[in-house]
Amino acid sequence: MRTIKFLLQKEFRQILRNKTIRGMIFIMPVIQLIIIPLAADYEVKNINISVADHDHSSYTQKLISRITASGYFRLTGYTASFKEAFQQIEQDEADLILEIPAGFEKDLIRGNEQKLFIAINAINGVKASLGGAYLSTIIRNYNDEIRVALIQPSRYNNVPTIEIASANWFNPEMNYHVFMVPGILAILVTMVGGFLSALNIVKEKESGTIEQINVTPIRKHHFIIGKLIPFWILGNLIFTIGLVIAWLIYGIIPQGNLAVLYTCTSVYLLAILGFGLLISTFCDTQQQAMLIMFFFMMIFILMGGLYTTIDSMPAWAKVVSQFNPASYLIEAARMVILKGSRLRDVLPHIIKLSMFAIALNGWAIYNYKKTS
Amino acid sequence: MDAVIVDSITKTYGKEKTHAVNGVSFSVKKGELFGLIGPDGAGKTSIFRVLTTLLLPDSGRASVDGFDIVKDFRKIRDRVGYMPGKFSLYQDLTVEENLSFFATVFGTTIKENYNLIKDIYIQIEPFKDRRAGKLSGGMKQKLALCCALIHKPSVLFLDEPTTGVDPVSRKEFWEMLRRLREQEITIIVSTPYMDEATRCDRIALIQNGNFLSADTPESIIHSYPDMLYAVKAENIYTLIQSLKNFENALSCHAFGEYVHLSVKPALLKGTTTPAEDHKNTEDIKNYLSMAGFKDIVVKKTEPTIEDCFIKLLS
Repeated sequence: MRTIKFLLQKEFRQILRNKTIRGMIFIMPVIQLIIIPLAADYEVKNINISVADHDHSSYTQKLISRITASGYFRLTGYTASFKEAFQQIEQDEADLILEIPAGFEKDLIRGNEQKLFIAINAINGVKASLGGAYLSTIIRNYNDEIRVALIQPSRYNNVPTIEIASANWFNPEMNYHVFMVPGILAILVTMVGGFLSALNIVKEKESGTIEQINVTPIRKHHFIIGKLIPFWILGNLIFTIGLVIAWLIYGIIPQGNLAVLYTCTSVYLLAILGFGLLISTFCDTQQQAMLIMFFFMMIFILMGGLYTTIDSMPAWAKVVSQFNPASYLIEAARMVILKGSRLRDVLPHIIKLSMFAIALNGWAIYNYKKTS
Repeated sequence: MDAVIVDSITKTYGKEKTHAVNGVSFSVKKGELFGLIGPDGAGKTSIFRVLTTLLLPDSGRASVDGFDIVKDFRKIRDRVGYMPGKFSLYQDLTVEENLSFFATVFGTTIKENYNLIKDIYIQIEPFKDRRAGKLSGGMKQKLALCCALIHKPSVLFLDEPTTGVDPVSRKEFWEMLRRLREQEITIIVSTPYMDEATRCDRIALIQNGNFLSADTPESIIHSYPDMLYAVKAENIYTLIQSLKNFENALSCHAFGEYVHLSVKPALLKGTTTPAEDHKNTEDIKNYLSMAGFKDIVVKKTEPTIEDCFIKLLS
């Protein structure tokens, strides 16, 4: 116990003396929480649309003003032929072409039917699919409107229709910030727990100080515990700073119990610290550790359900993400912060994270003993 | 009982099984200053790492302060001081923080053993608030020695403590070691510098993992079998070339401003008469002036450890 006490004293001295780490502890959560949720927005805006109008009627005018008034589209071209409009796509000035056939208004009123053509530039997949969907919705609404105007209202609808009204629970305005912030908190904790711990231990190897320590009565488990505790505390500290920032900037207040939230984070930190320790047993230089950590960090972030939901991944990717500890914290943090889940609800997550913690630390300690 | 006993230790590295230490045996008495002298890659550090329980030998046994290096490694770690060849203290901690850290690690305080490190620590004390990484080479070594000494070890292992240190600091460092000897601390030190060998009580000359000779510096020098002459002329390079062809020459190599030429003794080993010396000196002089050298100086000289080492290698 006494050994651990002065090992901790030494670690904290070294960590806090390091200007970069000291700065990053405060700057990293602030910057990441301010920038990423605002930038990583799934809503697509400013879709450039070019209209090839062969009709030039008042109906087409109405349709076009509908499209531009939606706020999602920007009319970059209004041409008389599809060819001209396509040139705009080729020059990357337009993402979508809406072709309105000649006699659009006339046929619509007389024959009750008319066809529109949408051509989409699919180079940017997200923009294309969302743009197409938005445009279709606008046209459908427009269609409903003309129908109401043209058909004499009867007492009952002659065609049965289902009207859908939806409400967004736990995030009423479908605000992406609300959804991103808990995930980013999880990533922050991962960075501190994984990166810093691995690099710190490898640094002792690289500078030879571990040799000097090995010739002293300090036992290996003392050394490891002395390394893990500081980063466990730092991880929780960064998480707290992140929560405060989330409240100050986005007004996000955890709906659930803070104790439950911190339980999840603490157990997760144990797992990710074990991971960092494991990496450090394989590496001799900080460069190697950095590279390996970065590789796993990409997988943790991109396959952890932060940006894309795990549910929509192919079956094999779902299996991979089950072995991704970050995915459990991202999900649990969202559940507790947004939905107000209780301990009972996140218990499966905590159990799985505990299993990660035991397995990773066990493997790391086994490896550490074997190598030296 | 001897402080360190090594019994045919062998250590190989890599797939090719190159011998870093090849069946080495020696023992060091309590309070002795024992030197391992040898060039880079001779196996000095491997021996140190085995004795400080950082490395397991492939075969052989060794004990430090009466404890087996394999079975009782933990007890050894309590009572030895080790100063690795590479500076291995925390560069981002200050001089004082490093020292008190290593003191607490061993469950002691700076105060308790201050008298042991006083002579050395007093020199770095003005910089005690400076980060260890910002110290000069010599001061780093002094700090490392303090840290290795602070728990009053019974055996002190110093791996090349003077490599990369200026001549004045080197001299000081050896004087410190001599003083530590008076404290009954057994010291094993390694160095690639032959001139430092005479400062040890006993030395072992080591090459490619083998001990060439282990004895006091005096008897190693005394056992030098040949007659040695220091020769000087204006062109050292051509001088060496032509001395190699001298009839009784055994070997010759540059030694400072002189060339050391060893000559086969005419009589029994190590015994020469002044007359014989004079004859040899004249012979060399004549030979060189015949070869066209100017400003020739030839004189009988006492062998050094370096001469012995070269002799043992040949």
